[in-house]
Amino acid sequence: MAARRTTKKPNVSADELKQYYRDMLLIRRFEEKAGQLYGMGLIGGFCHLYIGQEAVVVGLEAATKEGDKRITSYRDHGHMLACGMDPNGVMAELTGREGGYSKGKGGSMHMFSKEKHFYGGHGIVGAQVPLGAGLAFADKYLGNDNVTFTYFGDGAANQGQVYETFNMASLWKLPVIFVIENNQYAMGTAQKRSTSTDEIFTRGAPFGIPGELVDGMDVLAVKEASEKALAHCRAGNGPYILEVKTYRYRGHSMSDPAKYRTREEVQKMREEKDPIEHVRELLISGGHATEDDLKAIDKEIKDIVNESADFAKESPEPALEELWTDIYADVAPQDEA
Amino acid sequence: MPTEILMPALSPTMEEGTLAKWLVKEGDTVSSGDILAEIETDKATMEFEAVDEGVIGKIIVAEGTEGVKVNAPIAVLLEEGESADDIGDVAAAPAASAEAPAEEAKAPAKAAAPAPDAPKSNASPDWPADAPMKTQTVREALRDAMAEEMRRDENVYLMGEEVAEYQGAYKVSQGLLDEFGAKRIIDTPITEHGFAGIAVGAAFGGLKPIVEFMTFNFAMQAIDQIINSAAKTLYMSGGQMGAPMVFRGPNGAAARVGAQHSQDYAAWYAMIPGLKVVMPYSAADYKGLMKTAIRDPNPVIFLENEILYGRSFEVPDIEDLAIPFGKARVWREGTDVTIVSFGIGMQYALEAADKLAEEDISAEVIDLRTLRPIDYDTVLASVMKTNRCVTVEEGFPVGSIGNHLSATIMERAFDYLDAPVINCTGKDVPMPYAANLEKLALVTTDEVIAAVKKVTYR
Repeated sequence: MAARRTTKKPNVSADELKQYYRDMLLIRRFEEKAGQLYGMGLIGGFCHLYIGQEAVVVGLEAATKEGDKRITSYRDHGHMLACGMDPNGVMAELTGREGGYSKGKGGSMHMFSKEKHFYGGHGIVGAQVPLGAGLAFADKYLGNDNVTFTYFGDGAANQGQVYETFNMASLWKLPVIFVIENNQYAMGTAQKRSTSTDEIFTRGAPFGIPGELVDGMDVLAVKEASEKALAHCRAGNGPYILEVKTYRYRGHSMSDPAKYRTREEVQKMREEKDPIEHVRELLISGGHATEDDLKAIDKEIKDIVNESADFAKESPEPALEELWTDIYADVAPQDEA
Repeated sequence: MPTEILMPALSPTMEEGTLAKWLVKEGDTVSSGDILAEIETDKATMEFEAVDEGVIGKIIVAEGTEGVKVNAPIAVLLEEGESADDIGDVAAAPAASAEAPAEEAKAPAKAAAPAPDAPKSNASPDWPADAPMKTQTVREALRDAMAEEMRRDENVYLMGEEVAEYQGAYKVSQGLLDEFGAKRIIDTPITEHGFAGIAVGAAFGGLKPIVEFMTFNFAMQAIDQIINSAAKTLYMSGGQMGAPMVFRGPNGAAARVGAQHSQDYAAWYAMIPGLKVVMPYSAADYKGLMKTAIRDPNPVIFLENEILYGRSFEVPDIEDLAIPFGKARVWREGTDVTIVSFGIGMQYALEAADKLAEEDISAEVIDLRTLRPIDYDTVLASVMKTNRCVTVEEGFPVGSIGNHLSATIMERAFDYLDAPVINCTGKDVPMPYAANLEKLALVTTDEVIAAVKKVTYR
């Protein structure tokens, strides 16, 4: 990995650093709990965990402002927690209950929050990429300075619609940051077996879109890159690409045994590159927090996650009438023919 | 209190599995993320990780055990400060049943769609009887509808290939660039999948896009965005957000453009819940239904016809002609047979009715106008009167709109039928190029007449 890891003294306050620790830990513990509930049969279908990739969304979100939008694929739980969505509502959607963000009708892969400007949660690999550019198109049309984060993986980076979108986003100077979350495996296919170049971020160059490689295991490096990309977009310079190199510790989904990589490879990543451990070390070695301080945070997070699991188990299944709702939006009275 | 470690479900279909191998032993300290065991599911051998930290107090299920039910306790984890003595009868108790929903199989009738009322045709006029009329082509009616709605709502915009500077590949958007400027009349590159997706995203973001496909044959490139993104998001988001937008363009056969440019997609799109589907015949309907489509807060598929673009009809010259969806139009009243059609199929239906009248066969001709929602009541009320029905459409025969109507008539008006319903459709072949073969492949007026004679036993 050519990307540099932050070694200098971080240019964030101790409070911010603690916040990143907290936010990343929330995602990890939430995902572990989701895995557990899946094991108990409380979560069904496909469930794609974000463990290992936490620094990506936490670092990018750290630089956003109200009004900025985000859209991603089906590995979406981390994005929702990072933009402030309620863990109870997310977990209850995973269990398919009335208290879920989509009233139980979307599931793990299809969740949304208009309030938090989270536009899904999309199950078709790469389809969120033009959708994200479309959100940016709307903001530009409406004349505000919001920016849309459009996340996709190294696998989706080989979909044709990504390049159709690069072309139009650059042509129309849309305020969109394409975040390639490169976790190095498209389901079971390693990048070198699927992708003709090592450097996916350079694929915007023919369209005139600047791009850079970011160490996705380092939340501070990610935040710095996010600030730079946001400034570029807000200044009206069009899209920007961040290839954020990261690693998922778990299989592609809950039913993937991940035999395409060695246990040693995963273990090495966890031991040497873990994004949460990295911040933990910075906090302790910088004297910003004591072991006890961090234990208190761990406890607080554990409580939040346990509460979300309890909520997700206790919330009732959707009423049977819900089968027939939300298929069509009602026509406004003034628009009736 | 000691925590039971339960046999996990590791695939969507797993009910039991083999505990292949323990990677920890009693007394081992584990933290979350450590691999505890290898478990064989119905699909693969999976590693099973610890979620909590603690000490393995007891291994309940020995490695090599087959048929371990999901949620059965397989080990006990002790927290800090606990010992094996604390295990007590935790492990002896039967597997705590997961609070998984147990009431899946409730009476299905409760969730079934409400039963329809007795059919009643809605014959209310679409515009005042004394409205002044003017002669207009379908092309002009469409342009006027879009222009009027763009004046009404500044978040409505048009995008597509050649819609702006070229003035439209079929000149439907003629003059719109001059009036509304390049911000709202947008030429796209030739990239249907991409710009359809961008438009759906723009609709999520608060705009009301009109997407022109140069033909719906090219929309096949974009069908994932139309169906998976535009049609399903309102439902998947529990009503939070959807795609208020129109996808429009010519559909069906033009003349001698061969298999890849001639398909009628009416039945394809009509199948999809979440979409509304419009396929008009007359210029007045093109105008009134396009205005309604743009105002509708849902994704609307608006299927036009290249041959009809240049055809002139009488159009009411009134301030705001908006025609509601889901209301068929009875073009001609009759008593012997009901002919149901839509789009260019109406041309054959009406011609057939004229010729049949010369032979003293009185046909009632119904134009569905919208295929989702579909006006079943007007069709059923007519069939209950005439006791015979022929459907006419240009699309392929298998899974056609006519098939669907036949099934509905059979379910709801079986006792009224004096003959089987006949579906006149395009032939079950890719569209040939040769003039004589193309003619054979399309539905014809003569075929409609023959079908009517068959159901009326004449």
